[in-house]
Amino acid sequence: MALTAGSHPRLWRLARLDFDRVRQRRVLLYPEGAMFINDTGAAILELCDGTRTVAEIARTLGERYQAEVGADVLEYLAGMAQRDLVTAND
Amino acid sequence: MTDLTPATPPALLYPTTLLAELTYRCPLHCPYCSNPLEMSRADSELSTDDWKRVLSQARALGVLQLGLSGGEPLIRKDLEELIAHARAEGMYSTLVTSGLGLTRARAERLKAAGVDHVQVSFQDSDPVNAEKIAGIRSVKQKMEAAAVVKSLDLAFSVNVVLHRGNLDHLQEIIELAAELGADRLELANTQYYGWAMKNRTALMPTRAQVEASKPIAEAAIRKYKGKMQILYVLPDYYEKYPKPCYGGWGRVYILVTPDGRALPCHGATQISGLQFVDVRERSLEWIWRESPIFNAFRGDGWMKEPCRSCPRKDLDFGGCRCQAFALTGDATNADPVCTLVPQRALIDAALAEAGDEAEYVYRHLPAEGETVGTA
Repeated sequence: MALTAGSHPRLWRLARLDFDRVRQRRVLLYPEGAMFINDTGAAILELCDGTRTVAEIARTLGERYQAEVGADVLEYLAGMAQRDLVTAND
Repeated sequence: MTDLTPATPPALLYPTTLLAELTYRCPLHCPYCSNPLEMSRADSELSTDDWKRVLSQARALGVLQLGLSGGEPLIRKDLEELIAHARAEGMYSTLVTSGLGLTRARAERLKAAGVDHVQVSFQDSDPVNAEKIAGIRSVKQKMEAAAVVKSLDLAFSVNVVLHRGNLDHLQEIIELAAELGADRLELANTQYYGWAMKNRTALMPTRAQVEASKPIAEAAIRKYKGKMQILYVLPDYYEKYPKPCYGGWGRVYILVTPDGRALPCHGATQISGLQFVDVRERSLEWIWRESPIFNAFRGDGWMKEPCRSCPRKDLDFGGCRCQAFALTGDATNADPVCTLVPQRALIDAALAEAGDEAEYVYRHLPAEGETVGTA
């Protein structure tokens, strides 16, 4: 079940996006794991609520950043899906 | 041979994980428990305020992950208060529970307090064998606990410790977890600390069992990808090189025992000569940075050869100190799992015993005057 532009990605229900006040970094927390996320990653993940497709997320961010980000968004989310941190919901 | 390799100064990482063992009290008697044989009783447990202070200090040190464990953490009436405190501090909390005592009312309160993740243990797919392992009627309560967790839409993991007594049921165990609707399944071949070491002969799987388990686990990981995350941890005795135990001594992990001792790992109580430190006497920051116990095996200055010059030393840190001590009498030896050292013979001798009939010595709090003793 690979992620495609038409998938509706959702953050893994065991994962939680938070802000680490100690290290001053955005962080994704999940069982036995913590992944520090940069601003772009956070922007993508915040839009992963299962209602938007990858293509729609890319469009939203593309308008925000005034850039073509489709391939990068898909690659980022595919990597997160590979690590089980995002589910495809197809 | 003169050692000319300069020792690398240890990089002082900040901890990411705190395991809070809230109590040694537990309704189960699992023979694979890693708690020490000599367990303190309830009257010496840390208070609620003690724990809240530990949680705050841990957070200030950088801890993000909190495990609430024991024994059975549900036995503590202040569990909700501790979870709420962890939530306010911004930590991700995991409740590690047998499920016994996890009624709907209790689970609702824990959810309201903000627990992020509930992990329920199962001892086997076969209920008769599960209760033989646990040493007590428990399957019905666990099934009910799982249903409660699901019905409240809590993040839900199943944890199953694997050993000779249940490894043949791996397929059925996986299917049970899937039927229960677990989001995640942790399948961990037992390690040998505490009660598990005492029961090693009874728990050791055969090589045939371990080999048969691998394709089953691999197929299940693929089959359930995206639905149920499956972690499969192989037994280190059957590997050529040791595990990077807890990410290395004093690198990312802190454990606090029910009676307030801060340790780098749960096996550390069995290494003689270490000075234990109480969280009521010293700050967690001092303990992490300065205490002799946390500094005892940081970096590579303590290593002997072949570890000191080994290209794997930054991968596995020489393996487990506690295992080196327990099996060779010297915590600065390589973990004898390592096939590069002659003490590997100790591991091979233990493997040769696998399959021998043996009875469980069930986990229990020592009675007045009782000494359980070592394996």
